[in-house]
Amino acid sequence: MTTFKLNGKQVTSTAEPDTPLLWVIRDEQGLTGTKFGCGIAMCGACTVHVGGKAQRSCVMPVSAAEGLDIVTIEGLDPKGEHPVQKAWQDLQVPQCGYCQSGQIMQAAAVLKDNPDISDADIDAQMTGNLCRCMTYTRIRAAVRQAATAMKGG
Amino acid sequence: MTRLSKSESGSLALSRRGFLVAAAGTGVAFSFLTACETGDPNAPAYEPTQWFSIDANGLVTVNIIRAEMGQHVGTSVARILADELDAKWEDVRINHVDSDPKWGLMVTGGSWSVWQSYPLYSKAGAAGRAAMIEAGAKALGVEAASCSVANSEVVSGDKKISFKDIVRKGGLTKTFTQEEIDALPIKPVDQRKLIGKPVMSQDIVEKTTGAAKFGIDATVEGMVYGYPIIPPTRNGGQVNYVMDPAAKEIKGYLETVVLKDPSNTVPGWAVVIGETWWAAKKAAEAITLEYQPTDTMEVSEKDIQDHGRKLINDASKGVVLATGNTNTAPVFRSAKSTLDAEYTTATALHFPMEPMNALAFEKDGKWEIHTGNQWQSLVLPWLATALEVPETSIVMKTYRLGGGFGRRLNGDYAVGAALASKAIGKPVKMVLSREADSKFDSVRSPSVQKMRMAFDKDNNVIGMEQHVACGWPTQVMIPAFMPPGEGGAPYDPFAISGADHWYSVGAHKVRAVSNDLANATFRPGWLRSVGPGFTNWALESFMDEAAHKVKADPVQFRLNLLRAEGANAGAAPNSVGGASRQANVVKLAAEKAGWGQPLPADTGLGLATSFGQERNMPTWVACVARVNVDRATGRVKVEKLTLVADAGTIVDPDGALAQMQGASLWGLSLALHEGTEFENGNVKALNLGAYTPLRLSDTPELDISFVESVEVPVGLGEPATTVVGPAIGNAIYNAVGARLRHIPITAAAVKAAIR
Repeated sequence: MTTFKLNGKQVTSTAEPDTPLLWVIRDEQGLTGTKFGCGIAMCGACTVHVGGKAQRSCVMPVSAAEGLDIVTIEGLDPKGEHPVQKAWQDLQVPQCGYCQSGQIMQAAAVLKDNPDISDADIDAQMTGNLCRCMTYTRIRAAVRQAATAMKGG
Repeated sequence: MTRLSKSESGSLALSRRGFLVAAAGTGVAFSFLTACETGDPNAPAYEPTQWFSIDANGLVTVNIIRAEMGQHVGTSVARILADELDAKWEDVRINHVDSDPKWGLMVTGGSWSVWQSYPLYSKAGAAGRAAMIEAGAKALGVEAASCSVANSEVVSGDKKISFKDIVRKGGLTKTFTQEEIDALPIKPVDQRKLIGKPVMSQDIVEKTTGAAKFGIDATVEGMVYGYPIIPPTRNGGQVNYVMDPAAKEIKGYLETVVLKDPSNTVPGWAVVIGETWWAAKKAAEAITLEYQPTDTMEVSEKDIQDHGRKLINDASKGVVLATGNTNTAPVFRSAKSTLDAEYTTATALHFPMEPMNALAFEKDGKWEIHTGNQWQSLVLPWLATALEVPETSIVMKTYRLGGGFGRRLNGDYAVGAALASKAIGKPVKMVLSREADSKFDSVRSPSVQKMRMAFDKDNNVIGMEQHVACGWPTQVMIPAFMPPGEGGAPYDPFAISGADHWYSVGAHKVRAVSNDLANATFRPGWLRSVGPGFTNWALESFMDEAAHKVKADPVQFRLNLLRAEGANAGAAPNSVGGASRQANVVKLAAEKAGWGQPLPADTGLGLATSFGQERNMPTWVACVARVNVDRATGRVKVEKLTLVADAGTIVDPDGALAQMQGASLWGLSLALHEGTEFENGNVKALNLGAYTPLRLSDTPELDISFVESVEVPVGLGEPATTVVGPAIGNAIYNAVGARLRHIPITAAAVKAAIR
C-alpha cells in the first residue's frame, strides 16, 4: 500500500511496491494522459511532476511516491490552460500528440524553475523528450512563448 | 495504387440509407403538423450521403475513414466538405469511424488522404448544398434558382433559413445516386471560404490536456493484460516448451499462452497474461522458452545486402519498369564515358512513440478490436483467418495513433491480441514492451542500389540505369496490389518508386529486385516516404556525382535534364506542368538558400529534389541543406534546411507546414541519426540506448515554403523526407569533398571519406 497525493487528491495504491508509478497512474488510477514510450527513462513520454520537479514515471517505483505530491497532465491546470498548454495550442505544436503530455510537463517544470530561460537552455532541458513526429521547431517556439507569458510579458 | 474507387457496397448502403431517411422524414412531417413553428428539435439528422450528416442543431458531422496519426486529417478532410457545403466551420464536427464494409477501402498512407478525399468529399458537400437549397427554397416559398448558401444558411433575397431549421422542419428525403453526385459542379477556386485559410485543427486541444484517447488507453470491464514474448525471428517461430515455475511466484501472474495462429501472422508468439501489465512483464522475465531453430536465425545485415548484390548482378532477376526506352545496353556500349556507383541504406525502425498494442474481446458473437491502425482493410482478413470467423463478425474500433509512419499499415499486432483473448476467453489488453516492438517491427528493408549513367562526347546524358534490391512489403503482405512492369511481371511500387524520375536522360532502365532473403528474414514494412526514402538517396546523390564528373553546377545540371518533354511533360489532372514544376522548386530552393554565394570553411550547401511519392501523384519538392563538417572528427552539423514544395492546392496551410517540418526532420534523422542492422536473424537496436532518432538539440533551422497553386491537391506527409538525406550528402561533398554512399552517414564514415 502506497499513499500519495495525485493532482491534489490523496490516493492509495495497492499495486506491488516495485510497480512503476506510470502504470499505477494509468491503469490503477485511470489517468491515461501520461504515456508509456520506452520504459527506460529515455523518451520522456511518461513525464510527471514529483514535488514540482519533472520525473520519468516509468522508472520510479510507486513505493518511492509515498507521501509525495504527484501532478500529471490532467492536473497541471484545472481548465487545461496553463501558459505552456496555451502556447502549445496557439502554435499547434502537437501532431500525433502521444509525446506531448510529457513535453508539456517537462516544459512547465523547467520554466517554473527558470523563467528567464535562454535558447540554449531550452534545447538542453527539452532534448531528453523524444518527439517522433519531430515537432521540435514548434516545441522550441512554444517554450519561448510560454516563458514570455509566465513572466507576464 | 490508383485513386480510391467508388465502393459498390458504399452505393448500396447509400440507397438503403436513403430509404431510411425518407421513412424517418415522413414521421417527422406528421409530427411537424402539430409541432411549434420552430420545428422539431428531435428531428432525425439528415444524411445526404454516407460521408456526413446535418442534425437538428445544425451540427455537420463529417465521417472520416482515415486514421488520425498527427496529420490532423479530420480537419483537412472536413474543411473540403464544409467549404463545398458552405457550412459554418464552428458547426462542423469530425467523426473517425469504426471499420465497416460500407466505407470501402480503409487505408491511411502514401500521402494520399487529401488527394483521394478531395473529389469524394467536395462532391458530397456539393450534394448537401443542393439538398439544402431544394429544401430551403421550399420552406421559404421561393424558386431554388434564387437561393444561395452561406454560413449554414440558405438565402434568397432578404429571406433566409438555417440548416438547423431546415432539418427541424423534417421531410428531408433527397438522396443522390453516384451519377448525380458525379454530375454536381464544384465551386470555382475564388469562391472557396475554408480551403487554404488558417484554421485551428480540431484535435489540438485534446492533445495538450491528456484527453486524447490512443489505442493504448482503451479499456473494457474484466480485461487482463497481455505481454507478448517475441520469438527470435519474425518468421517460422515455433515454441517447443514453456517453463514458468518461477513466474508462478509473481503476484498477479495468471498464465502463459502459446498462440495457435491459422493465419501465420504471429508465428511463435507466447503471450504472458497478468492482472497488471507489470505483473505480466515481470513474469515474462522469469519464464524460459525454447524454440525450434529457424532458417533465418543466423542471418546478418551483410548477408542480406550481399544477397541483394548477387541478385542485381543476375540479369534474370527483377522487373524492369515501363519507363519508355529501357534498352540501355547499346547506349552504354556507344557512350563516350560512363559513371557507376553503388548506394546502400541500412535497416531502419519505425519506432513510433506508442508501442504496438490492441485490446481484443468477443462480445455477443462479435469480435471487437480496439487499436490504432492505418489499414483496417488489410488486417481484417488476417483477423478473420486467425480467429476462424467471418470478417463481418469483426469490428475495428478507431483510436488516435501514437505515431503511424507506416508501421500501423501492417496490423499484425492486432492478431496477437485477438488470439490471446480467444485462447483464454477474456478480454486481453496487449501492450508490447519497447524492445518487443522493435523486434516485431516491419522495418524498412536495407537496400542495395546500382547506379549507372552514360554520357556522349559533349557530356550530355544519354542513358541511365537504377537497379534496386530490397525486401518488398507489398509482395509479402498484399501481392494483389503490385502493378505489372515490362513483360507483365508484378513489382512492388513501394520498393522502387522514385527511380522512375522526371529527368530526361535518354534510355532509362529502372529495375526493381525483390530480395528474397530479406523477405524471409523479416516482414518488410512501408516506412514514411517508402521507396523514394532510399531510391532518391541514391538518385539525387548520384545526380550530384554526375554533375561534378562533367564539371557542371549541380543545380544547372538538374535544370538541363528537367525538360518537361515527352512522358515528363505531365498530364491533367495530377501532374500538370510535369518536370517544369520540379525545375521551378529547384530554382526557388537554390535562390532562397543563397546557392553560389561564398561560405565559411568546411561549410557547404547541397541540393536534392524529388517528385514525392509516385509519378501519378507528384508533389514537387526541393531541399538545400547547409552543413558544417568537423574535419577532425567527421561530425556533421546540419545548420539549416531550406525546402520548397509545390503540392498543388494547399487545403490546411498550417497542417501542410507541420507535415513538411516533420517529414524533413525525418529525412534528417534517417540520414544522420537512425539505422540498425540485422544480427542473428533480427534487429540489433531495440531501445533508445542503441536506436537514436533526432533530438531537439540537433534540430536545425527550417525554412519551408509552398508554391502558390490551384492545381489538384496532392500529398505532403512524406515528400520532404525524400530530399533531405541526399541534400545533406551533397552538402558534405561540397563542404569537404567527401562522397558518402551509405545512410545513416556516420562521423567515422565522413572522416574516412575526407581525402
